Amino acid sequence: MMVDQVVIPALKILIVLNAVLVGVTFMVLLERKVIAWTQARLGPMRVGPYGVLQPIADVVKLMTKEDITPVKADRWVFSVAPLIALIPALIVFAVIPFGPEVSLFGRQVALYITDLNVGLLYVVSVASIGVYGIILAGWASNSKFPLLASLRASAQLISYEVAVTMTLVSMIVSAGTLSMVGIVNAQESQQVWYLFVQPLAFFIFFVGGLAETNRAPFDMPEAEQELTGGFHTEYSGMRFALFFLAEYANMIVVSAVATTLFLGGWLRPFPNVAALSFLDLVPAWCWFLAKTFVFLYIFLWVRATLPRYRYDQLMRLGWKVLIPLAIANVVVSGLVKVLL
Amino acid sequence: MPQEFVPIVLFLLVAIGFAGVTLLPSRLLQTNKYNKVKLDPYECGIQPATDARDRYSIRYYLVAMLFVIFDVETVFMFPWAVILEELGWFGLIEMMVFLFILVVGFVYAWKKGALEWA
Repeated sequence: MMVDQVVIPALKILIVLNAVLVGVTFMVLLERKVIAWTQARLGPMRVGPYGVLQPIADVVKLMTKEDITPVKADRWVFSVAPLIALIPALIVFAVIPFGPEVSLFGRQVALYITDLNVGLLYVVSVASIGVYGIILAGWASNSKFPLLASLRASAQLISYEVAVTMTLVSMIVSAGTLSMVGIVNAQESQQVWYLFVQPLAFFIFFVGGLAETNRAPFDMPEAEQELTGGFHTEYSGMRFALFFLAEYANMIVVSAVATTLFLGGWLRPFPNVAALSFLDLVPAWCWFLAKTFVFLYIFLWVRATLPRYRYDQLMRLGWKVLIPLAIANVVVSGLVKVLL
Repeated sequence: MPQEFVPIVLFLLVAIGFAGVTLLPSRLLQTNKYNKVKLDPYECGIQPATDARDRYSIRYYLVAMLFVIFDVETVFMFPWAVILEELGWFGLIEMMVFLFILVVGFVYAWKKGALEWA
């Protein structure tokens, strides 16, 4: 009883947490490498062969840098803000389904930490707590650039939050469930990835995901040329690293949720074509990770390709294009569901 | 508390623990040499002239208001979306009426210029 309820979840949590942290550190390296390659440069090459040990050097450097708290800052809020940004980004992974139930050492083990019947609502609500970390960091710094950047960031995040949440409603209409595992199972029983059922929803979700993680082309909150470093200008050392972790963990969250909702989670490609069933030899969680990786790569690719938006263009896109499209998509999805 | 939520509480504790575990060793490893200039707010190298918490654009406040309205309305739609198949036409028409009222508010905000940013 105790083993099933506490020990096994705790083991899973430690594995997922480690995977996320290692993923984040190497994501930073991958980002530098991908952008370097698109610009015909080599990227980090000094630490280890082809720079593969660069993330470890980065961690050591960040650990040994001094923590500076500006004299005018609100000390308490200033110290807590990085935690408020990081912790939600991590605990979202509790409902991400990496794979179905498998038998491991003679025991049925589910490859997800927990399966909530309100899984998608949990993702939306917990992920949006992170915005408090950003706005509190900007406010507590009591410095001009962080304050401006945090205002921009929070206005941007909540604008796109509306469009993304509205889009998720049409996904729920298709799947008929809020459970993340249930959504993958629905795609299995309907024999189709929802990317092909709801292409518009996929588009809105992806654009919203870019904006909510403050990624290019929507990275106004950290536009170096006008705001120096963004909302974490006054942070240094390990506290800065926590913000960094949160940003990259959020990227992984968006990619994993997009995989679950639109690319069939752990299902193999073309679940409707029986001739390809030899693909099932690959473990299901490998498919999940591969699809998530594709999304992460697209994040980097977009950053390397597109120039930054202007702030008024960003707000116009969010409020005047994506939200009307999302509402229309909900109406059409509902009609289709009732008619068919 | 339902059992599915136990792992989430566990994860919350582990995440808090992780944040503490990373911050404490760095406290021990780092060298601290503070001086007055280093502890001043960053302002491109010049002396900070005024307090940072100045007045800023009202539009941020407007966006926050609109967000609260629209996000709450969207959360109402989540349970509807789950059981739409059982509700059928009745549920669909009910939600269309609800959405119509939402869209009227949206169009009003648009015409009033609440969505302009310039």
